[in-house]
Amino acid sequence: MRRRLLPIIVSLLGACLVGLLIYGVSHQAASRTLDEAVHQGKDPLAPDAGQTLPELSDAHSTSLASFDGKVVVLNFWASWCEPCQEEAPLLERAQSQLQSHDATVLGVTYLDASPDSERFVRQYHLTYPNLRDTTGDFAHSYGTDQLPESFVIDRQGHIVAISRGEIDQAFLNRAIALAERS
Amino acid sequence: MRTAAGALIAALLCLSASPALGMGAADAPPHTSLPAIERQVMCVTCKIPLEVAESPQANREREFIQGLIDEGQDEAQIKRSLVAQYGPTVLALPSAQGFDLTVYLVPLAVFLALLATLTVLLPRWRRRAREQAGSVLDAPRLDPADSARLEADLARFD
Repeated sequence: MRRRLLPIIVSLLGACLVGLLIYGVSHQAASRTLDEAVHQGKDPLAPDAGQTLPELSDAHSTSLASFDGKVVVLNFWASWCEPCQEEAPLLERAQSQLQSHDATVLGVTYLDASPDSERFVRQYHLTYPNLRDTTGDFAHSYGTDQLPESFVIDRQGHIVAISRGEIDQAFLNRAIALAERS
Repeated sequence: MRTAAGALIAALLCLSASPALGMGAADAPPHTSLPAIERQVMCVTCKIPLEVAESPQANREREFIQGLIDEGQDEAQIKRSLVAQYGPTVLALPSAQGFDLTVYLVPLAVFLALLATLTVLLPRWRRRAREQAGSVLDAPRLDPADSARLEADLARFD
């Protein structure tokens, strides 16, 4: 029995290491749970809506939950991201239409220094609110690992559309239509 | 006499303090350098250490760090500022919290497990080697006739 004990312990330790590796890899990888739920028409609740994030323009903090009752186009972006530069004018144009229907674009910067983000906001004349995800936890809860990514959230706080990548006018039209009819 | 000694001490104190007084906060040498920080942080978009990264974002990070160095911030303060801007993934070494703790604990655990395995196995191997050596010594000796024949054969090959 004693002769077998050592190989058993070594095997168990090896299995633990492999398990740890698998957990680490799956934990780091971006989750696509939201995409699957939206694809199945389940319209999942927007995660971490109560998490407060600092506003880009000042020292205040706010959360997605404070936009409750509004249609929100949640847009993750960074100043260094070229597709974000492409879609910024589209988002700003959509904002003027969304505002009139009690809806808004809500930008969230991710992996970006605030002076660079502020310069970006000035450069593209963005008027919609922008928050800073300083830890990356908020973006991670949306499975965001590449930028830009956008989510349309209805008035009840459910995600109804997701765009992993640069958005187009059709995506924004969907959000505007949702705001108009709800 | 006491007054003269006092004046001398005061003059010496003034002399020793003068370089520090002459050097304002702005002239003070920086607490750290850009290469020292570059070694410890990542380029957040390229996901490689900043010291080897060549990209517009890497250069922006360098500018940001240089700005903090010029402000007189030390290494710890700069790293805190970087984390506040880019999040904890900007640090090359993960934090010792949560799952990241495994980065430090697993190598230690593997080392201890290897040490324990060797502690158990080495005496066993040595015992086995001793036993094998003993069995060679205990082998039956050649009888004189065989020994003489072996010697003769070996002499023929010389």
